[in-house]
Amino acid sequence: MTQAGPADSPLRRFVGEFSENKAALAALVVVAAIVLTAVFAPLVAPQDPYDLASLSLRDARRPPGYVGSGGYTHLLGTDAQGRDLLSAMLFGLRISLEMGLVAGGLALCIGTAAGITAAYLGGRLGGALMRVVDLQLSFPAILLAFVLSALLGQGKLQLIAALVVAQYAYVARTAHGAAAAERHKDYVAAALSTPLRGRTVLWRHILPNALPPVIVVASVQVAGAISLEATLSFLGVGLPPTEPSLGMLIANGFQYMLSGRYWISVFPGVALVVLVTAINVVGDQLRDQLNPRLRR
Amino acid sequence: MSRPAPAATRPLVELAGVSKRFATPAPLAARLLAAIGRAGADHALHAVEAVSLTVARGEALGLVGESGCGKSTLGRIAAGIATPSRGRALVDGSPVRAGERKLTTRVQMIFQDPYASLDPRMRVGDALAEGPVAHGLTRAREARAYVAAWLARVGLDPAFADRFPHQFSGGQRQRVAIARALAMRPDILVCDEPVASLDVSIQAQIVNLFLALRRELDLTLLFISHDLGVVRHLCDRVAIMYLGRIVEIGPVAEIYAAPRHPYTRALLASVPRLVIKDGPRAGFQPIRGELPSPFERPPGCPYETRCPLAVARCRAERPALRPIGPVLAACHLAEGGPGGGPAP
Repeated sequence: MTQAGPADSPLRRFVGEFSENKAALAALVVVAAIVLTAVFAPLVAPQDPYDLASLSLRDARRPPGYVGSGGYTHLLGTDAQGRDLLSAMLFGLRISLEMGLVAGGLALCIGTAAGITAAYLGGRLGGALMRVVDLQLSFPAILLAFVLSALLGQGKLQLIAALVVAQYAYVARTAHGAAAAERHKDYVAAALSTPLRGRTVLWRHILPNALPPVIVVASVQVAGAISLEATLSFLGVGLPPTEPSLGMLIANGFQYMLSGRYWISVFPGVALVVLVTAINVVGDQLRDQLNPRLRR
Repeated sequence: MSRPAPAATRPLVELAGVSKRFATPAPLAARLLAAIGRAGADHALHAVEAVSLTVARGEALGLVGESGCGKSTLGRIAAGIATPSRGRALVDGSPVRAGERKLTTRVQMIFQDPYASLDPRMRVGDALAEGPVAHGLTRAREARAYVAAWLARVGLDPAFADRFPHQFSGGQRQRVAIARALAMRPDILVCDEPVASLDVSIQAQIVNLFLALRRELDLTLLFISHDLGVVRHLCDRVAIMYLGRIVEIGPVAEIYAAPRHPYTRALLASVPRLVIKDGPRAGFQPIRGELPSPFERPPGCPYETRCPLAVARCRAERPALRPIGPVLAACHLAEGGPGGGPAP
């Protein structure tokens, strides 16, 4: 260990360890593939689902494999408006991922800032900050997000705000715990006794060391935000009909489930499950690697 | 001890009547009793109580005592990491700390565990450069050379600057920690058991490094240890702490030759020796009993509960530090004869 070269950085070891777990590697590939197809949806999708001119009601509710009036095969069938379901899903994934990443990312930033600030301040002020977080954690995230998006109304920004408020508290609690543990370690005392400014110690020493568990929680929160958004959209309080996310696609097909036209709901549902599961598997591997108590 | 000194003979380090209490939330039952006026609500841990001492420029003072006696807390107060609840810590006449901020770079600290005292996510070179750059001891552009010089000074390869702490052994890490403290160009080093967590063979190297650095850099040392051998080797004076108080302080030669306080005597007697005699083995007598809880300290002499010589006066009256021969000791019985101390 002592003889390892300077190239043996923590990041490099981390990547090496991650690729040892084949399941996590596969999940990472799945996540990357979904993200890429969603980003390049306009190029990949057989049809532009927003282009009403390309839709025909004669193609409505056709099963997978149907060759429609556009002259190409609808691999996953069509929905009630005659939209190609695969195309609608790819564009839906775009919206779902956008919501999940933006909301998850914002929750990560806000939650981390709140958590480590509270841990650094300590005392009454830090305690008060964390009591607000605790109070919020006593409500289920779905309830909070539901009430907020009902109050704020429909729209992307409103939904992101609702998701962030519902989820930042989990990040804040984790960041607070990790930072409070680091706060009392000797290297922080050493930095403070140099003396370095409190802000410098907070950002340069405490934050990098408190970050690993926070990143794990945030990765799971991205998956949580995606399914939370799908739930809200399914219930009709999330995104407006002009932004058809996966949740809305599921909701649109729901009424046809019992008439045997399962595909309209099931395929978007499967896509949602695969995406959320893959993100969670990656998050689990991150947790295994970053938690020192689980280290081999 | 806390006499005001004229500037010319002013000690470099002065702790004046320093106390540190940690308030802990009292148990619910105690708080309820206090609320109905049945018992005192004061539930504080007195880690250090009314300690006064001075260290002259260039001197090395050893601070010895068993775990929990408050020596580390006292060291942290002297190094400006902790704020005393009462009393003042001064370096060259000015306070080390004000409010929650440390004011001076002239006193730096070295910690016991070099695995905990280095930021695991920061390259050693960056960790060493951080403080000196922030305080203008070197410029960011010249930091590499500055760091390399200090790494070489403590006997490390300057190329190690690009490594992370986990790539070093314990002894190397402690050298890095020493280099980091020295790079701030301090006058005083507070060393909190700097060799306790190292292998014995490494301990000797680090102690010798301290000896060399002290001479070359004209350092003043406050050396906290429970290892009496190391203190004898390195220090000019030694202070023995027990339960947050100094029980004996004086020149190393005097105290090791003729300890006045029964606790010092017991400590020195419990140092294992490699002398094997024929005949009946020299009796190894451990100190009886346990350290009393720092929450409920004896009203009289703190050592009274374990002292083999304790008399009624020890239980009732707390002895003050007073000159006994060439040393100061806090023991009623040590007053007897000059240089004598209590008969065993």
